[in-house]
Amino acid sequence: MAAAAAELAGLFAVYKPAGVAWSRVREALETRLLRELNAAPGRAPRQQVRFLPTPAADGSGAVELVAARVPVLADHPLVRGPRFRRLKIGAGHRLDVKSSGVFVLGIGHGNKLLTDLYNCHLTKVYTVGGLFGKATDDFSDTGKLIEKTTFDHVTREKLERILAVIQGTNQKALLMYSNIDMKTQEAYELAVKGLIRPMGKSPPIITAVRCLQFALPEFQLEIHCLHETQQYLRKMVHEIGLELKSSAVCTQVRRIRDGVFTLDDALPRTRWDLQSIREAIRNCQLKVETELETTLGQGENSPLHQLDGYTAERAPQEHPQAIPAAQYGSEVPAA
Amino acid sequence: MMAVWARQPSRWCCLLNAARAVAFPRRLRSRGSTAQACREFAPLAVLPAGKEVVVWRLQAYRHVSLSSSPPDSAKDGSFSSPESHLPSVPQEQAKAEILPDLNAKILDEDWDDIPPSSALEEISEEEAVQIIAEPLLPLQSSTLRDYVDHSETLTKLVHLGVDLSQVEKRQKAGQLLLTLDFEKDIKKILLFLKDVGLEDHQLGPFLTKNPYILREDLEALETRVAYLKSKKFGKSEIAQMVSRAPYLLLFSVERLDNRLGFFKNELGLSVKKTKDLVIRLPRLLTGKLEPVKENLQVCQIELGFQRNEIQQIVYKTPKILTASKKRLKQTFDYLHNIMGIPHHMLTRFPQVFNSKLLRIRERHMFLAFLGRAQYDPAQPSYVSLDQLVSLPDEVFCTEIAKASMQDFENFLKTL
Repeated sequence: MAAAAAELAGLFAVYKPAGVAWSRVREALETRLLRELNAAPGRAPRQQVRFLPTPAADGSGAVELVAARVPVLADHPLVRGPRFRRLKIGAGHRLDVKSSGVFVLGIGHGNKLLTDLYNCHLTKVYTVGGLFGKATDDFSDTGKLIEKTTFDHVTREKLERILAVIQGTNQKALLMYSNIDMKTQEAYELAVKGLIRPMGKSPPIITAVRCLQFALPEFQLEIHCLHETQQYLRKMVHEIGLELKSSAVCTQVRRIRDGVFTLDDALPRTRWDLQSIREAIRNCQLKVETELETTLGQGENSPLHQLDGYTAERAPQEHPQAIPAAQYGSEVPAA
Repeated sequence: MMAVWARQPSRWCCLLNAARAVAFPRRLRSRGSTAQACREFAPLAVLPAGKEVVVWRLQAYRHVSLSSSPPDSAKDGSFSSPESHLPSVPQEQAKAEILPDLNAKILDEDWDDIPPSSALEEISEEEAVQIIAEPLLPLQSSTLRDYVDHSETLTKLVHLGVDLSQVEKRQKAGQLLLTLDFEKDIKKILLFLKDVGLEDHQLGPFLTKNPYILREDLEALETRVAYLKSKKFGKSEIAQMVSRAPYLLLFSVERLDNRLGFFKNELGLSVKKTKDLVIRLPRLLTGKLEPVKENLQVCQIELGFQRNEIQQIVYKTPKILTASKKRLKQTFDYLHNIMGIPHHMLTRFPQVFNSKLLRIRERHMFLAFLGRAQYDPAQPSYVSLDQLVSLPDEVFCTEIAKASMQDFENFLKTL
């Protein structure tokens, strides 16, 4: 029992469709995996010695007892029930019902890795669709309509100016919550290497945002962020609309990267089966290990850490995956 | 008779105590006092300390095998020979063979002369052989697994294909099975079910779904089948209905009659069509009527179908009556308001309501992306709704969307 389950341990990503709760995705995967695991032939039943009555050999009609080995009925599949009744499947960063995208799940010891991965505080990337001219109560396009506005005056330049402002304010928040004194050599080195990011709790922080598409009334943004919720991103679209003296609703929130898991790693609904999941776990294993090593492993042994007493809770890190915040800042015209 | 009754439990009590004394030396003291009680009250029916134990013990035996001798022998005061009963669980037999021996020995001795045995006391070879080393059956258990190897009834049920792991989850079903005897109680029901027309391989799954039929009165079941026959249901049709809706036969004739009447009146179908409907989805007869009424109202008022359209839809896909209201509304909303499919097309292909909204949405968006979402039969490259929902993914991709499965998967990741 443990052998088959032990093979199935680690992290993998699925593509969560919009309109389904994440818990349902988890349950659906669990049922599918259980079905396949239970369909595999199980252990042979135990044997026991029983004295079976058989007609005597001399043909006198008397009954005598003959010892025989018979399988124990308590191990019969119909009595014992399915071999696996539940699997430990844990969910990584959640996605709410209306959003779709890369959704990380852990099986078996993968649940422990999920916690580690959470402690890495990696950025996530979303594509967010917006629609000008409407405002709703829950900021999504299906909510109750509150107002209608004009949007002819909105241009791509104006939008990108707002985005730059957002990025600027978030950059300040990022520095503040990452608990690093900006006047130190350490901060400089970290900034050179890549991303300075908060390693504890913080409000949602946008590390980069850019406009992918702009065709009135629709627009699409790519947002790199930390500690966000999907509703926060919808609210951001709403606020961008207000800043542009119009209003906007969010049509789509789609996560295209969650830490080290990219869209290519995510299994679509058609491939939620045992074999694909095993493959996915194998393919992602190395990536996850490297990431945990660089972020958490270095944090404990780093020379910086030992030198500097008061930085105890922050872990200096190198982050090859994350895109430096400054990269997009240079593309956007200054506000 | 009274005295015999009384002696019998006390004998059991002593047996039990003897066995316990060997197994649990620490209980020695309490055992001694029970023995005292035995000595004093043995001729009477009352056994304050031992009685409870005896009852348990007897019950355990009753669980084990109903045809085995102990409870019987308690009644007539003497052990019948195991050969005359021919119990088919061999272990029982082995035990039963030893017990009379042991019994007789204890009977032979004067009650007063039982020496207080000690755990350290040496016992003879013969005595050692007679000690039943097998662990006692648990007096209560949450699973039938503990009993299945010792119960003839359960063994036979398993061989019949009854999934005990499912049955034991049902309320009181496990207890019910343990108190039944295969030859006496179950056989007649099985023969009856076979008369109704169930196949051999259907009996196991049937009893798994509905173990409660085993405690039902045979005559009542027969009248219900007779009622169905009087309504001109054919034999094979009754068999099909019973196997698909195992609880059908637990419903009284009045209730069945009411329900048949309800569907006939509410849907305005002819007698023959009503029968057809019920044969195809007998679940309608055993389920609640309230959701059915609500679904009809939803179809008529919220979805805006005409009465004759509803008749057609229900006749084609009876499942719609037991579907969830919310799902029905969501699916209709998507089909009608987003895909733009008119009512008369939905009436022609009501099976779309049975498929998942997620599936419809994915496929529709894929077709729309490819520019193939064309659901009007009057125009070229028409995709029927049936094809849209019922084909498996691979066939749908190649036949309808004219794209590869890989394309479809990639498209799914953009939604």
